[in-house]
Amino acid sequence: MPVPKGPHLEFEQPVVELAMKIEDLLKTGTITDSDVKSLQGKKEALQKKISAKLTSWNRIELARRAGRPFTLDYVKSIFTDFVELHGDRRFGDDPAMVCGLARLGDQSVMIVGQQKGRDTKESIRRNFGMANPEGYRKALRCMIMAEKFGLPVISFIDTPGAFPGLGAEERGQGEAIAVNLMEMAVLRVPILAVVIGEGASGGALGIGVGDRLLMLENAWYGVISPESCSAILWGDSSKKQELSGTMKITADDLKALGVIDRIVPEPLGGAHWDPEAMYETLGAVLREEIAKLQGVNIDALLRKRAEKYAAMAKFAEK
Amino acid sequence: MEWFRKAKSGIGTLIKKDTPADLWVKCDGCKEVLYRKELAQHLHVCDHCGHHFRIGAAEYVRILVDAGTWFPMDTTLRSVDPLKFVAKKKYKDSIQEAEKKTGAASGVLSGTGKIEGRPVALGVMDFRFIGGSMGSVEGEKIARVFRKALRDKVPAIIVSASGGARMQEGVLSLMQMASTSAEIARMRDAGLPFLSILTNPTMGGVTASFAMLGDVHIAEPGSLIGFAGERVIRETIRQQLPPGFQRAEFLLEKGFVDLIAPRPELKATVARVLGHLYPG
Ligand SMILES: [Zn+2]
Repeated sequence: MPVPKGPHLEFEQPVVELAMKIEDLLKTGTITDSDVKSLQGKKEALQKKISAKLTSWNRIELARRAGRPFTLDYVKSIFTDFVELHGDRRFGDDPAMVCGLARLGDQSVMIVGQQKGRDTKESIRRNFGMANPEGYRKALRCMIMAEKFGLPVISFIDTPGAFPGLGAEERGQGEAIAVNLMEMAVLRVPILAVVIGEGASGGALGIGVGDRLLMLENAWYGVISPESCSAILWGDSSKKQELSGTMKITADDLKALGVIDRIVPEPLGGAHWDPEAMYETLGAVLREEIAKLQGVNIDALLRKRAEKYAAMAKFAEK
Repeated sequence: MEWFRKAKSGIGTLIKKDTPADLWVKCDGCKEVLYRKELAQHLHVCDHCGHHFRIGAAEYVRILVDAGTWFPMDTTLRSVDPLKFVAKKKYKDSIQEAEKKTGAASGVLSGTGKIEGRPVALGVMDFRFIGGSMGSVEGEKIARVFRKALRDKVPAIIVSASGGARMQEGVLSLMQMASTSAEIARMRDAGLPFLSILTNPTMGGVTASFAMLGDVHIAEPGSLIGFAGERVIRETIRQQLPPGFQRAEFLLEKGFVDLIAPRPELKATVARVLGHLYPG
């Protein structure tokens, strides 16, 4: 597979150099098969070594890295017959949130998810994956439709937060998210959510309540970004690196805390090194998870969903 | 979540200013010097300009609940430090300081009582307890207010005063938004009223969960109510915010609160709404 385009992260630089060297040698054709194999082995060993030493901040860098697959990349690769549904029927259509019908294997599902942009123009159009109230309301409208037709909901979480803007406040950003939390708690179809990149705060949770919460290996999920946390405590983002460890935002941390159900492994080096492999892995996981959820009686599922969130509080009694 | 800082220096704090002992306070609204005893009699509302001074959870209980009917619940629930959070300050130390300052074990005072003879389950957030932020205990106590209301078949009332989710408990505090909101869906199914009273400030994860899910939203005049903090919005849109932005009156205009009730009318307003929704 080709070396992912830059900008490269500092810690992946040695691997990038080695991978480029292999590419060059292959191009010139001056290398034997066994030498390629040995160099590939070296590259993989290096990637494993780097992966084993990734800090929480490194994971955030990976979660935000250019070239990482976005919601629509997964939708197009894993699902078939996608029909995008636009608009909240109240105010407008929010391109930062994509919703639609799609087929996973033989099963029709409802997709909701935040969408980031690849280039500057698209990033601006998608508002960097920061949804406005109409985005959350569109997602809710589609989820209620899913309930009506008995379709499971698959939610792709990838947002640096709900949009903190003037219009968002005027149109009730808080209310929009709150209503989603309430309705998703009792929606009578299975809800499967997966954090594919960034899962920041209420903006992530606003489409993140459900029966199973999965997280890609290098995604992050938390109540606030380390930069914002640093800004609150110190007035600037200077402590973001150490805070990202303190705040327990990685997939491993959240599995240990019992907040997520399953970690989805990424290709060596991260999803951007081999997007096709990532689609294949996540596709298989989604099919397996949906099949399992479909097999559970909905009342039992809702009971379990309620118990899960009720048990999230950690406290003492004295 | 940065209303923390703003709220500290902001409106509603009782300040001493070169007046003998604790007898006098200066109003943050109109700068008038007020006699403290009189201010208390007026429920900590300035009789010159109507400015609402911030009050604690116990005072809201005194204002709302009929004398002799209050039974507190879950008073023994206390915060733990699930992330072992140490940043500028140890979370453990913040908890201890808050406990000392408020004499309470958490940022929510909850219980059952009667409002003009009508039984209710009531939870009140205390801004003095780590900025009223919602950690596990606070979320749990609020969820239990709804569960108690469901068991006893009585209305639930929450008085919010909060900067939002408590970042020192990380994603666990975020999850409290989900667990509290879920209970309100069950209140709806049971046909029980939930009245959300929004006081200064009600922000972030509290606004984005139970505080905005009331059948009726009653705000105190001038309260700051919103999702994102002012600094974040200013830095994002790079323009000044209009005067009165995110104040109770702004939310009334935009359609997110039902009515604004000055503190002296709060109890009667709640009772009147309950009289219509749940005559019992
Ligand atoms: Zn005054």
